[in-house]
Amino acid sequence: MSAVRLRGFGWRHAGRRRWAVRGVDLAVEAGERVLLLGPSGAGKSTLLGALAGLLPLDSGEREGSVEIDGLDPRTARERVGVVFQDPESQLVMARCGDDVAFGLENRGVPTEAIWPRVDTALRRVGFPYHRDRPTAALSGGEQQRLALAGALALRPSLLLLDEPTANLDPAGADLVRRAVTDALDADTTLILVEHRIADALPLVDRVVVLEPGGGVRADGPPEAVFAAHGDALDADGVWVPGRTTPPRHATTPAGQVLLAADRLGLPPRLAPTDLAVRAGEALAVLGPNGAGKSTLALLLGGLLRPGTGRVSATAALAGKAARTPPHRWPAPALARRIGSVFQDPEHQFVTGTVFEELALGPRRTGQPEPTVRATVDALLERLRLASLAAANPYTLSGGEARRLSVATALATAPRLLICDEPTFGQDRRTWRELVDLFADLRDDGHGVVTVTHDADFVAALADRTVNLRRP
Amino acid sequence: MIGVEPVASPHAPLARRNPVAKLAAALVFSIILVATLDPVAPAIAIATELALLPLFGIRYRLLARRALPLLAGGAGIVVTLVLFAADRSGRVLLDAGPVLVTEGVLVTALGLVLRMFAVALPGVIVFATTDPTDLADALIQNAKAPARFAIGALAAFRLVPLLGQEWQMLSMARRARGVDAGRNPVAKLRLFVSTAFALLVGAIRRGTRLAVAMDARGFDAGTPRTVARRQHFGTADWLLLAGATVLAGGALAVSVALGTFRPLLG
Repeated sequence: MSAVRLRGFGWRHAGRRRWAVRGVDLAVEAGERVLLLGPSGAGKSTLLGALAGLLPLDSGEREGSVEIDGLDPRTARERVGVVFQDPESQLVMARCGDDVAFGLENRGVPTEAIWPRVDTALRRVGFPYHRDRPTAALSGGEQQRLALAGALALRPSLLLLDEPTANLDPAGADLVRRAVTDALDADTTLILVEHRIADALPLVDRVVVLEPGGGVRADGPPEAVFAAHGDALDADGVWVPGRTTPPRHATTPAGQVLLAADRLGLPPRLAPTDLAVRAGEALAVLGPNGAGKSTLALLLGGLLRPGTGRVSATAALAGKAARTPPHRWPAPALARRIGSVFQDPEHQFVTGTVFEELALGPRRTGQPEPTVRATVDALLERLRLASLAAANPYTLSGGEARRLSVATALATAPRLLICDEPTFGQDRRTWRELVDLFADLRDDGHGVVTVTHDADFVAALADRTVNLRRP
Repeated sequence: MIGVEPVASPHAPLARRNPVAKLAAALVFSIILVATLDPVAPAIAIATELALLPLFGIRYRLLARRALPLLAGGAGIVVTLVLFAADRSGRVLLDAGPVLVTEGVLVTALGLVLRMFAVALPGVIVFATTDPTDLADALIQNAKAPARFAIGALAAFRLVPLLGQEWQMLSMARRARGVDAGRNPVAKLRLFVSTAFALLVGAIRRGTRLAVAMDARGFDAGTPRTVARRQHFGTADWLLLAGATVLAGGALAVSVALGTFRPLLG
């Protein structure tokens, strides 16, 4: 049972001009379940970090006060459990049981008491395996369940969840949410940050909306908050439940085939698959985790050598080069014909500024400098990145980084665009922009292939879907 | 790459020994053998190591696979010495223009290769029979290593396999951006450096997130840590250590008795 008090709280990371979060007054009573909302960059994660006692005094500047049961969070650590977004970087040990035991060892729990508590915690989150199971053998959803067990084993009275399902497919996210529902004691205080509100609502009884400029915009029961502030939140990119967007499907039939996959596979990641990608068509590739969707995207993108079968480009896409398979094309030729957008935008950044990042592709494909400038300026404008032209790509927010990664693929004007989970973890505003951008490209006669778990995105954009099964 | 996961049957009598005891025994064995330059002592040591292998529960074929990089290194030493050795004494075995192979060259090369094997094999055996978690536990409990260091290294170690996947991803992402080196070696080097830099940046970020997650579970709490898995250092472990000392010392003694002993220093 922990109560949280914030009075005029603010935090500015060292070296930043802007406050990450400021002027927050908030009281959360013991046992309350709170969903913390706000547009991208409103400081939700920073606030959770402060409550978890994970903001060292020398890493920034603090304003106002934050207390847990009247204590400074740094001294109240033992009362707080945290689950973060990325499963891979929060598991410490190689075996599941050892990982849950890690926190208990740190807290000095006697050896005899550790294993019963490990087993209890694993049972509470519905963990289906023996504790000797290697953590590396778990799916993302199972890893997050394990991380939850690691937090619950410490019997926290305040549980902080920082987008624990953002990196998971729908099945994995569901596993984690059910584990949270089942495992929480009635007197545990919960503070949750989550993008997809509709999924999070069954877990909470109160919604707090942070204002990006500082302070709290709204606070109360979910229905009341959404009734009063739903439109404003929606405009800010928050996923307000019950809002739909008009779909954008192709108005004309699909055009020529651009790329064909013939018994294309890569054992053991992808079973042989037949597929045709057409101009003027948005194709969505669906399937459960482990079905090889990302592998298929890489194969179609000419980035991996097929293990079985082949990928062949048509003359419509590649002219005379259609005789050689895409994975043997030189990189600049590939970039002119097929643009690939990776799941993690940061994998694709190779230069020091947003401008250079966009200019790279056109320069590599031999465009004269005035054309390069014109292309870059048009893309900066179209994807709302103009004010960030001089910024380092690694400092962008999630939404900005996604827009930039799509823009870099478009800079070389490829006829075919292949995207892997482009909408993962995006706020609604970026999501809407991606739908419109891809729909415009499609209507201009481009081929668009998206590998995705996002059912809303498929409903809004896709003209045709392909379902993959596990090999 | 030398494999790092344990591959041995965990119930073999010597594989079950305390990881710190195994590590210390391997170190003692290696250090004693470094002291001589002759081929006899290392040859005896290698024979001993191979004879003891079944007690560690390692099959010979598996060891051969693990030691493949060593074989490559050995071949490298022989080629280098045949081409560049200063000491070309002894009977001439082959004279093909610039390549002059003499008995002296071959004996020196053989000695070096044997030493390398004798010194490296104990390490290969230890890591082939030891679970990294057990090693970290034993280092903390029996060798009084700081937990912050041992557990931190263990956690970082767990992220190593991810680096391989990350490298592949980064390379493909660069190709998708239109960046490749073609046949130009300078461009190849630049691409390698830029990919390595991106890998490093990613690794640091991931490491930082992991460190925060560990602290969130009280790793930095400063309260005395307890242990979930107890490691015992018993009589059998002392015997292993003593046995390694006696065997390595014995190999040296034989070498001295035969008059082949050539000390490293002096």
